Amino acid sequence: MLSALTLLIGFQLLGTLLVDLTQLPVPAAVVGLVLLLALGAWSPKLVRRVQPAADPLLKHLQLLFVPPGVAVLTQVPTILDAAAPLALAVLGSFTGALVIAGVVLQKLLQRRPRP
Amino acid sequence: MSALSHASIQTLGPTLIDTLSHTPGFGLALTLAAYLAASQLHHRLGRPALLSPVLVTMIAVSVVLDVLGISYQEYLSSVSILALLLGPATVALALPLLHSAPALLSDRLAVAVTLLLTGAVSLAITVAALTAFGADDALVLTTLPRSVTTPVALTLGESIGANTTLAVVLTLISGILGATIGPWLLDRAHVSDPRARGFALGVTSHGIGTSRALTESTVTGGWSSAAMVLNALTMTVALPLLARAFH
Repeated sequence: MLSALTLLIGFQLLGTLLVDLTQLPVPAAVVGLVLLLALGAWSPKLVRRVQPAADPLLKHLQLLFVPPGVAVLTQVPTILDAAAPLALAVLGSFTGALVIAGVVLQKLLQRRPRP
Repeated sequence: MSALSHASIQTLGPTLIDTLSHTPGFGLALTLAAYLAASQLHHRLGRPALLSPVLVTMIAVSVVLDVLGISYQEYLSSVSILALLLGPATVALALPLLHSAPALLSDRLAVAVTLLLTGAVSLAITVAALTAFGADDALVLTTLPRSVTTPVALTLGESIGANTTLAVVLTLISGILGATIGPWLLDRAHVSDPRARGFALGVTSHGIGTSRALTESTVTGGWSSAAMVLNALTMTVALPLLARAFH
């Protein structure tokens, strides 16, 4: 568990290093994700080694959003000020994207056997 | 209301409650306890999407902080370890993608076309709706990372200059929409292929949608988590470019 967590943090730090060196406008943790993706595809052993920390982190991912979510109380005025445009933007783009993704992918996968 | 209840608790046992609630570990203990209780409740009631544990925990914690008169800053320093864990948790998102890699690679063209088309439609509707209402640029920037999984949305929001708190709230709302009306909307659109259903849920409503997709089937869940990660990667590249137009 601890070695797995250390590995995951190591990938994040490697990401930080790369972002700093290349000045790419990308979150360091996402670069770490891509690095783990590349190395994990090449070495299944690495995937098994990070699993003891990755599984509980992914299982309780939602717990990590509680602190920023609690700050919602401080945002009530902003939300109420812009309630109509926000609702339209969120509901509209959600519905549009969901239906288009589902219909288009189903159409494109039509000839492929269903698993 | 807050001042009133604060005062009444003060008369009950001012020193004890004050000491306890201002202990550095209090916020963390409160968050963990509320999350565990909310998860139990969610499980017992048959996983209703509206009672998503993260939503219930947020509300419970906010109420307790308000009643005890603990500032958000003090709470934040108590739960800083949770913010720290977001980094390795984001890195860990590579695993679901690796698991579904064989299926995705065999249909890579279909996946890539759907991903790019969906991203473009989602961003276009968002920008169009907000500019039609004359919303300011700051609000547009805040709404952009909405469909991205929260750990990535947070860092991405920071880097493009969004109001990250509001961005996280909008992300949560999108997730809950996906878990509540998502499957119903897909039924109306006659989308029955489990791969397409999963992908649509993951690309629009990330982790919360994915946990809903998992209740349909493992195929739906696998395609949903893959879509969530692929969408996060696409948006990480696309949003900073789009954000330049609103600075």
